[in-house]
Amino acid sequence: MGELVWILVSAMVVNNFTLYYFLGLCPFMGVSARVETAVRMGMANVFVMVMASLCAWFLNTFILPHAPYLRLISFIVVIASFVQIVEMVIKKISPTLFRQLGIYLPLITTNCAILGLALFQTNRGYGLLEGLFFALGAGLGLTLALVLMAAIRETGELSDTPEIAKGMAIVLIIAGSLSLAFMGFAGLLSST
Amino acid sequence: MSPRDTTPQGDFFRGVWKENPVLIQMLGLCPALAVTNTVENSLWMGLATFFVLTGSSFIVSLVKKLIPGEVRIPTFILIIATFVTVADMSLEAIVPTVHKQLGAFVALIVVNCMILSRQEAFASKRPLGRSMLDAFGSGLGFMIALIMMGAVREVLGQGTLMNFRVIPGHFEPWVIFILPPGGFLTLGFWLLFLNWWQKLRRERARVRAWPDGVAAPVEGRAA
Repeated sequence: MGELVWILVSAMVVNNFTLYYFLGLCPFMGVSARVETAVRMGMANVFVMVMASLCAWFLNTFILPHAPYLRLISFIVVIASFVQIVEMVIKKISPTLFRQLGIYLPLITTNCAILGLALFQTNRGYGLLEGLFFALGAGLGLTLALVLMAAIRETGELSDTPEIAKGMAIVLIIAGSLSLAFMGFAGLLSST
Repeated sequence: MSPRDTTPQGDFFRGVWKENPVLIQMLGLCPALAVTNTVENSLWMGLATFFVLTGSSFIVSLVKKLIPGEVRIPTFILIIATFVTVADMSLEAIVPTVHKQLGAFVALIVVNCMILSRQEAFASKRPLGRSMLDAFGSGLGFMIALIMMGAVREVLGQGTLMNFRVIPGHFEPWVIFILPPGGFLTLGFWLLFLNWWQKLRRERARVRAWPDGVAAPVEGRAA
C-alpha cells in the first residue's frame, strides 16, 4: 500500500508531469487563463489518463509481447478510440458530466501527457494497480499545475507587465518559477 | 499574402525564422523544453524530428488525394507514428547513450503538434515539392530553436559546449539550467530577448521613416 501511495505522490508533486516532464504543455499554456476552465480541463485529464493507463496495461499484457514494434501505433490508436467510445457512453448516461467535460475530452486524447503516461508506465514496468495510481497521481498533478497557473495568470492580468514580456514570455517565466518551487518537493524523495 | 501565392523560397524560409515553430508559433514545446539540456541532445532530437517531419510530409503529400477528409487526422498520426518508430529504433542503434537520455521523448515526437500542424496546414493541400520545402524549413527552424535552447542551457548549466569546456573551471555552474525549471526560464528569456529586438527594429524603422528634425510620434499612444 505504501508503495502505491508513494507512486501517487511522486507522480503528483515530485515528478509533476507538466512542471518536471513538460508533458501536456499545450493545455497548460492554452487553457490556463481561467481557474474554472482549468479545473474542468484537469478533471477531464484525470479521467482520460486513468482510461489510458488501463488501455496501456491491457495492450502491454496481452498484445504487445507478440509485436513490440507496434507499441507506439497501437497506443495512439487504442487510446484515442477508447476515449471516443467512453465519450459516447458518458453522453448517453450522464449528459451533465458530458457538458462539464465538454470539448476537452476529445482535445486531450492526442495530448502528449496521455501518450507520455502510457509510455512511462511501460518503461517502468508498472502493473495494473500501480499504473492506475500512477495515472491518478499524474492527472491530479496536472490539475494542480493548471489551477495554480490559472490563478497566477488571473491575478497578474491587471498588473503592469512590460510590453516585451506580454504574451508567452511572461507565462513561461511564471511557469519556470512554479517549476522551481515544485523542485522543493524533491526533498520528499531523499527523506524516505 | 494569401497562402496560395507563396514562392518556393518563401515556403522554405517561412518555417526557418519568420514562423519558427518553437519561438513564434509555440508548437512542439514538450521536446523543446524537455531534452534541450545539452547541445548534443538538442541536435539529435532536432535531427529525429526533422526526419519524421520530412518523411511524413512526403508520404502525406503523395497520398493526400486518397485520404478521406473525415479520417485525415488519424491517418496523419498513423503515418507520423510509423516514422517515429523508425527514428526511435535508428537512434537506439546509432547513438545508444543519447537515446537513453532522450528516453520516452523520442517516442513522444508522435504527439508533437508542430508535425501534425504542418501536415494539416500544408502537406495535405499542396504539391509534393512545396510540401518538402515547407517540411525542410520547419524542421530546420525547429532544430535551430532547439540548439539555441541547448547552447544556453549547456553553457550556463555545465560550463561546456558540445562537451568542450568553454568557461574556466572555477566557474560554479548554474545547475538549475540543466534541470526542468531552466527549460522554462531559458525559453522565457529567449522570447523576451527576441521581443525586445523586434521592438528595437520597429522603433528604428519608424524613426527613419520620419524626416530629420521632426519628432516621430510614440508608438501605442494617440497622436
